[in-house]
Amino acid sequence: MAGLEDLYREIILDHYRSPRNRGELPVPPAHKVEGFNPLCGDEVVLYVDVDPQSDTVRDVKIAGQGCSISQASTSMMSAAVKGRPVVEVRKLIRAFKALMSIHESKLEGDDDGETDGSDLAADLDGVRLGDLEALQGVVKFPVRIKCATLAWNTLQQALDETARTQA
Amino acid sequence: MTAIDVAAVKRDFPILERKVNGKRLVYLDSAASAQKPLAVLDAMDDSYRRHYANIHRGVYTIAEEATAAFEAARRNVARFVNAPRAEEIVFTRNATESINLVAYSWARANLRAGDAIVLSHMEHHANIVPWQMLAAERGVELRWIPMTSDFGLDLSDLDALLDGARLLAVTAMSNVLGTINDIRPLAHAAHSHDALILVDACQYVPHVATDVQHWDADFVAFSAHKLCGPTGIGALWSRFELLDAMPPFLGGGEMIRDVRLDGFTTNDVPWKFEAGTPAIVEAIGFGAALDYLRALGMDAVRAHEVSLTRYALEALRDRFGRSLTIYGPADVDRRGGAVSFLFDGIHAHDVSQVLDEDAVCVRAGHHCAKPLMRRLGVPATTRASFYLYNDEADVDALIEALAKAQKFFAV
Repeated sequence: MAGLEDLYREIILDHYRSPRNRGELPVPPAHKVEGFNPLCGDEVVLYVDVDPQSDTVRDVKIAGQGCSISQASTSMMSAAVKGRPVVEVRKLIRAFKALMSIHESKLEGDDDGETDGSDLAADLDGVRLGDLEALQGVVKFPVRIKCATLAWNTLQQALDETARTQA
Repeated sequence: MTAIDVAAVKRDFPILERKVNGKRLVYLDSAASAQKPLAVLDAMDDSYRRHYANIHRGVYTIAEEATAAFEAARRNVARFVNAPRAEEIVFTRNATESINLVAYSWARANLRAGDAIVLSHMEHHANIVPWQMLAAERGVELRWIPMTSDFGLDLSDLDALLDGARLLAVTAMSNVLGTINDIRPLAHAAHSHDALILVDACQYVPHVATDVQHWDADFVAFSAHKLCGPTGIGALWSRFELLDAMPPFLGGGEMIRDVRLDGFTTNDVPWKFEAGTPAIVEAIGFGAALDYLRALGMDAVRAHEVSLTRYALEALRDRFGRSLTIYGPADVDRRGGAVSFLFDGIHAHDVSQVLDEDAVCVRAGHHCAKPLMRRLGVPATTRASFYLYNDEADVDALIEALAKAQKFFAV
């Protein structure tokens, strides 16, 4: 039986109470994308500034409102991708989504959904998730997975749109 | 009127004996769907075990029994809302389908570009989107009754809104605010402008004695599952002449009188609107739920909920003061038992998640009323809603669980 402490890890509550990188960036050069979770009204606004020369996420700012999971995930995501090459960020997005879905499928077959992390590492294509792993408890609460992935889907959309503009 | 014995009522609902996370189940989400008493489960089980066959046309014993039980359920529904004739009850899947039936059948046959439909800001999506679809297809204009600061309908411009309108479609009880709207004067206002009135009574019929004739309504939509009946069945009531003049909705078996290669003729009202094999056993369960409520007495159900809602509003205010903002009328005589609130800056999803630890079931989100949420300026609320099986101990459990959430998310 998953407890509240599985979902609300201390680091998640910390990002929820003190979100990093809140604010806005001038558009352009930054790209602004809004993501919505129609089920609960969670809203994520991302300003993503990609340096076309180095293809690196130069800066990212976040706005919006929602539950602790969606807002903490957004804050943790902003901290994780700032200053990193777009190619790495895309890998991180894939790894984060894999973290969510791997656990989801494991839950169905397992009684407790626990993993030791070693088999997961292989699925994550060598990407280190660091603090983001604190969000893995979310998969024990299936209705909240969308809260955690909202920021990441929105970031993916921002990168895709930026790539099209800069192409 | 005999007051409701809640302890006895609780024993009628098997699910309330369940434990979740080792705690007694505190079910405060009846505005989304009500739990089912043993009487409903037994009636449906008995129907499947002993009397099940497809209805109408079968000439053998159990088919006749199933048909009789299905049509008895229709008469039961008619009686429950004081409809003059059983034929005026059309079985649908739910209140949403009942409203869609009116939108597809009556409205598409009668409304033209430039006609107006009047709705209110506190409608459920079920009483908004069918009209928006119609508006997009036919160029019908939608007009909106705004809301007062104390969560009622602002009727100051009603006459102007109804000028040139063909339909007023409004809820009898808001699923978010709990607000009860006084339907009879709205019906008279609509009729004075040659408009009809459709009442979304999905939240009202389960909680307050309903009289469609006293309302002087034209269409009334409600569902079974919110009044302790099964899912998959609802009803539309309308006046016989209106139903008789309306074209059919879905085509198929049962709704026809004759089919030739070059066309068909329709069955009589209400079967004209009931294409295909209906939810037979669900209709029987619907009837059993109405019998259950009638035995307790709808006036007693209402009195119990008024008293419990008053207790809840006072207890929430006393315990949390300004940390908790309630969206809905303070006067319990103007409202039902749905209590929506914002709590201490904690998102509704987080509140609901922490409450689940203590087996307290509440709803979090926009409650299928996004225009209303925008009007209130909130992305989501937490909603606790009370019914006949809830008592003060359930409210106390809610309050203790909220205190725990407050502690958990304290900055």
